[in-house]
Amino acid sequence: MTRHTLAVLVENRPGVLARVAGLFSRRSFNIHSLAVGPTEAADVSRITVVVDVDELPLEQVTKQLNKLINVLKIVELEPDGAVQRELLLVKVRADATTRSAVLETATLFRARVVDVATDAVTIESTGRPEKNAALLDVLAPFGIRELVQSGVVALNRGGRAITDRALRSA
Amino acid sequence: MTTTHPAPPTTAAAPAGPDVVTGAQSLVRALEQAGVEVVFGIPGGAILPAYDPLMDSTQIRHILVRHEQGGGHAAEGYASATGRVGVCMATSGPGATNLVTPLANAHMDSVPMVAITGQVSSRSIGTDAFQEADITGMTFPVTKHNYLVTRAEDIPRAIAEAFHIASTGRPGPVLVDIAKDALQARAPYEWPEHLDLPGYRPVTKPHAKRIREAARLILDSHRPVLYVGGGVIRADAHRELLHLANLTGAPVVTTLMARGALPDSHPSNLGMPGMHGTVAAVTALQKADLLITLGARFDDRVTGKLDSFAPDAKVIHADIDPAEIGKNRYADVPIVGDVREVLIDLAAAIADEHQAGRTADLTGWWRQVDSWRDTYPLGYDLPNDGSLSPQYVIERLGAIAGPDAIYAAGVGQHQMWAAQFIRYENPRTWLNSGGLGTMGYSVPAAMGAKVGRPDATVWAVDGDGCFQMTNQELATCTINDIPIKVAIINNSSLGMVRQWQTLFYDARYSNTDLHSHRIPDFVRLADAYGCVGLRCERPEDVDATIEKAMAVDDAPVVVDFVVHRDAMVWPMVAAGVSNDLIQVARGIAPQWDREETDGPALDTPAAAGPR
Repeated sequence: MTRHTLAVLVENRPGVLARVAGLFSRRSFNIHSLAVGPTEAADVSRITVVVDVDELPLEQVTKQLNKLINVLKIVELEPDGAVQRELLLVKVRADATTRSAVLETATLFRARVVDVATDAVTIESTGRPEKNAALLDVLAPFGIRELVQSGVVALNRGGRAITDRALRSA
Repeated sequence: MTTTHPAPPTTAAAPAGPDVVTGAQSLVRALEQAGVEVVFGIPGGAILPAYDPLMDSTQIRHILVRHEQGGGHAAEGYASATGRVGVCMATSGPGATNLVTPLANAHMDSVPMVAITGQVSSRSIGTDAFQEADITGMTFPVTKHNYLVTRAEDIPRAIAEAFHIASTGRPGPVLVDIAKDALQARAPYEWPEHLDLPGYRPVTKPHAKRIREAARLILDSHRPVLYVGGGVIRADAHRELLHLANLTGAPVVTTLMARGALPDSHPSNLGMPGMHGTVAAVTALQKADLLITLGARFDDRVTGKLDSFAPDAKVIHADIDPAEIGKNRYADVPIVGDVREVLIDLAAAIADEHQAGRTADLTGWWRQVDSWRDTYPLGYDLPNDGSLSPQYVIERLGAIAGPDAIYAAGVGQHQMWAAQFIRYENPRTWLNSGGLGTMGYSVPAAMGAKVGRPDATVWAVDGDGCFQMTNQELATCTINDIPIKVAIINNSSLGMVRQWQTLFYDARYSNTDLHSHRIPDFVRLADAYGCVGLRCERPEDVDATIEKAMAVDDAPVVVDFVVHRDAMVWPMVAAGVSNDLIQVARGIAPQWDREETDGPALDTPAAAGPR
């Protein structure tokens, strides 16, 4: 199984996310992460979905997704050709004795401290999933009290948009 | 997307300028404009506003069914027999959920159908209101598309889109759920001249390069088989199929959904492939070097164990649904397109090759195929005790009612026998629930077919188990003058399940005895429903009973054929094993197969049962 990132352009209508998510579960595909949001076009939303799946079932799921009337376009974003970002907020145990070490870790990872309490700090980190995972590894010994991560969002590098006709649909 | 629509009907002629009407009036007018002539439904609270203007429509005949499932299957039967979109209607909550089975059935078998359901008022949605059910959420996986309409002004567009989506591309069911307040509100009626469906563009025209590749493969092959599925019937491509069959001279197999796509009298037609297919059809696929797959989907009931299906064959796969291509079997030549257009283009490409002097010699292949066909024709043993053989009943029914009649089957043994022993000469004369396997399909589907084709004789070939699931629609038939005929193949059992218990569960008949030789009395039940009830228990009475049923044309007829309960469907490929292990009768495999496959024919689940 390999990890694939799909950008799914859908009509911005009620229920579309349920249709897409339902299709993944009905066809037994595990969603690793999912992010939905508006796009440059008011009537179009973009779903970025990361799945762990082999090549052949991936083809099947994209074909099934394409059958959904509200799905406009599906493009697979190659890891090397796309900028991928994930947002992480993590609350780390940090009292007077450990705070400076925690802050130093945040700095090393170019993460930002967004909240400080007497016994904890909250760190915001944006980056590739691997970077956030590494940050969490280093923070773990201090004690992670709570964390939340967004799904991955991704854009292809270069000047072209996936709405350009020439781009290969998955 | 631009489409043309039928001209506005005379019955609902609107004055110039958009007319302000209620959502309910708008719905009825939109249905008229979509060309609807019949709706099968039941009113209830949420859909009630729609039923008032429906009463005034002179174009739309509403047939009040007894159960929404019956209404749904009737719409399917109507659609399958006529090719037009079938329409059913129900109220919210339980009315809508009762449509889930027919929707799922239509989804599996690609039946063009539009279901209209009432929904609780938009203000109440999400509050667990009386008779509220999230029917759009519930039917995402079993519809081609669905709509929740909460504003009166959105009704015409939703209806127009629903009919377009249901009937184009790969046909399927579309559900339109309309909130009660949307039916009651007033809004201008405007039928959309242009449909805006940017995410829906079915490809109908096949790629020329693929067609040329396919033609070349066909002429290079020595053992080709045309593997014909239900898509050929849905696409009205039977004439084009006949032409291609003649042009290539290749053997043809017609799947359960494709019976009638090519006449059974055509010399190339080997009959049905699959779990209960003919030895010739199953074996031809197994030995083929090329499958020319047309509107078929490599269903597990056709392929058996997938990785041993047609092991030496290259595959040409033509389907309008790109997701079917490569889903179960790799396609060497994938062709996305309307199968009718594919057949036209393919025939032209093959004719070009012929003109260039390239032809395929299939003499040797036909010698093999004919030997299988001659050695292992379909057949059955008569019971020793003089009781009725179900196969004999069905065979005689087909012979007497003839190839112009329409046959709608339930699901189980009788369905398989009806697929095997009735000779189909025409498309849209064999209706059944293939993908979902819905017991109870037969009677309501026959009813819908008879409404759509009132001049045709329509026989429901049903089992005693299936019949008891939906026979309430006989009341609908009698009251609405829909004189269908029902042949109950009454073996007093859930026969197919019993057959599996015989073969795979040591003949332990857990809960398959329905006692329907005793309860209910089907003749009296028929009588109670105002139908003519007949019973036949002896082989010598079969023809006369069928003829008596055929002579009745002013009422539905129900014939209780009391048949032997131990008859089994053969040939059979046990579930999950290779098609090479087909058995022509219990424990008997075709001889040549045994040598060639040297498969442990006795190491199958089938062999685990008692001798």
